[in-house]
Amino acid sequence: MGAIELKGVVKRFGPITAVNGLDLDVPEGICLGLLGPNGAGKSTTMRLLTGQAIADEGQLRVLGYELPAQSKPARSEMGVVPQLDNLDVDVTVEDNLAVYARLYRVKDVASAVDRALDLARLRERRRDAVDKLSGGMRRRLLLARGLVHEPKLILLDEPTVGLDPQIRTELWTLIGALKSRGTTILMSTHYIEEAERLADEVAVMHQGRIISRGHPAKLIAEHAGTHTAEVYAAPERLTELRADAEAAGLRVRPAGPAIAIVGSEAAAEGVVPTDAVVRAATLEDVFVLLTGEEAE
Amino acid sequence: MSAQPETAPAPRRTMRRLEPAAIAGVMSREVANFRTYWRGTTFSSILEPLVYLLAFGLGLSATLVDEVEGVPYIQFVGTGMVATAVIFSSALPAMFGTFVKHRFQNTYEAILAAPVDVEELVSAEMLWIATRSAVYGCVPLVVTFFWGLDPAWGMLLVPFFAFVTALGFAGFGVAMAATVAKIDQFNYVTALFVTPLFLVAGTFFPIDGLPQFFQVIAQANPLHQLVELVRGGAFGFEWADLGRFAFLVAFAVATWRIAIRQMQKRLID
Repeated sequence: MGAIELKGVVKRFGPITAVNGLDLDVPEGICLGLLGPNGAGKSTTMRLLTGQAIADEGQLRVLGYELPAQSKPARSEMGVVPQLDNLDVDVTVEDNLAVYARLYRVKDVASAVDRALDLARLRERRRDAVDKLSGGMRRRLLLARGLVHEPKLILLDEPTVGLDPQIRTELWTLIGALKSRGTTILMSTHYIEEAERLADEVAVMHQGRIISRGHPAKLIAEHAGTHTAEVYAAPERLTELRADAEAAGLRVRPAGPAIAIVGSEAAAEGVVPTDAVVRAATLEDVFVLLTGEEAE
Repeated sequence: MSAQPETAPAPRRTMRRLEPAAIAGVMSREVANFRTYWRGTTFSSILEPLVYLLAFGLGLSATLVDEVEGVPYIQFVGTGMVATAVIFSSALPAMFGTFVKHRFQNTYEAILAAPVDVEELVSAEMLWIATRSAVYGCVPLVVTFFWGLDPAWGMLLVPFFAFVTALGFAGFGVAMAATVAKIDQFNYVTALFVTPLFLVAGTFFPIDGLPQFFQVIAQANPLHQLVELVRGGAFGFEWADLGRFAFLVAFAVATWRIAIRQMQKRLID
């Protein structure tokens, strides 16, 4: 049994189809990165899994519970870390955790709070109001709040969006620790590096459905080959080079001020200019090729 | 040999509607927050009806009105002011508090990610507001003791009457918060509903002095029913008070269900 099993899920908002025939299985014990551009349907998928959106079509099963009918017991065994900070800012760190321990029906609230404080490394700040904490501490607290009841499954919705690199690295360490305990994680993100570092498997979501899935290395090999050549030049020359590469059967994507010729190892001599910077293919190449969107 | 089909184990937990643990959990969040702002809220909740009591009760009884229905005017107003305290400490916090928690703080998104449903969330919010309001509602009555109001056994029911009425107005406030598109639209709600209900409740003058049309309207005003029940508690109940109480219970149940329906629409896509 998978921790999450979605089959043919459709969710519409008026004329917009946010989730469009989504099939997704998340086996127990893995970290699946749901990678997609803004508007791909990641947040709607998260809301469907927490019962805050009801699917128009399809079947959803989480931890063996059918949604939406059994959403409540399913939620009791999963933890959610939202994209937006919705902590109670005037309340102390420990009271924030205690409230959610009660909401999750934890029997020993005091022990659960202590455990969560240790996880977030906030034991010394337990009696401080949340608005006295730094941004990184608040984010760690948000993660600890989602784990206060030791869930079997955790949903991380863009866990590091808008954070500076140092805080992001701190959170990655915490999420890494969760993975090593065997907690099943579904993490939506549009940060390529986050997906590469943390996810056992990546599912690329675009226009409401999964368009490719696998281990990051497998996805790269499947869609981007081994090498990518980046060419920096004047726009006119880039246009010419792009046309030549595409005529030679190669895939080309924009890369800011440059173009990236993907799978350049297969290029015939002369197609890749000698001044190109050749590097190993990345998940970003795959993401941009599949979705047509610039990665972050 | 063919492979055995994989059988999903039976789900381990079942959960009912309106679980006390869920309601208590949501209320514990309110209590944790209330500990940080109780001074300001308590100050305004006590001072506001007190100012009305002093201005109308003392001001008018010293100049224009000595007695109403055989009761000294300050005691008439003091008992009526319970209703004013109740509506101001229930409908308004329910409207603004719910709106802010939903639209600005995303609090409900976090709560609903836990095993709490909209019905439990709304019930807990209403119960908490009504509990607070039942306490604040008694302040004018207690203050009126200093102006000669004699304690009576029936007054022990006043917190209970205030609680039931506040439940109804909390439900009204939550339903309004789930209905309006912008926070400014509460101006319409206040002007069209809250102020008229407060003025035509029989707090400052007897309803039977009004034109017939307003007397009929006043009978449908829960605040008027509360005023009459509080005065019954202070000066003696009558059989009609049973009907008044039943009306308040019906009002609370109706707004509770409407609030749940509106919040369900607002919170669940």
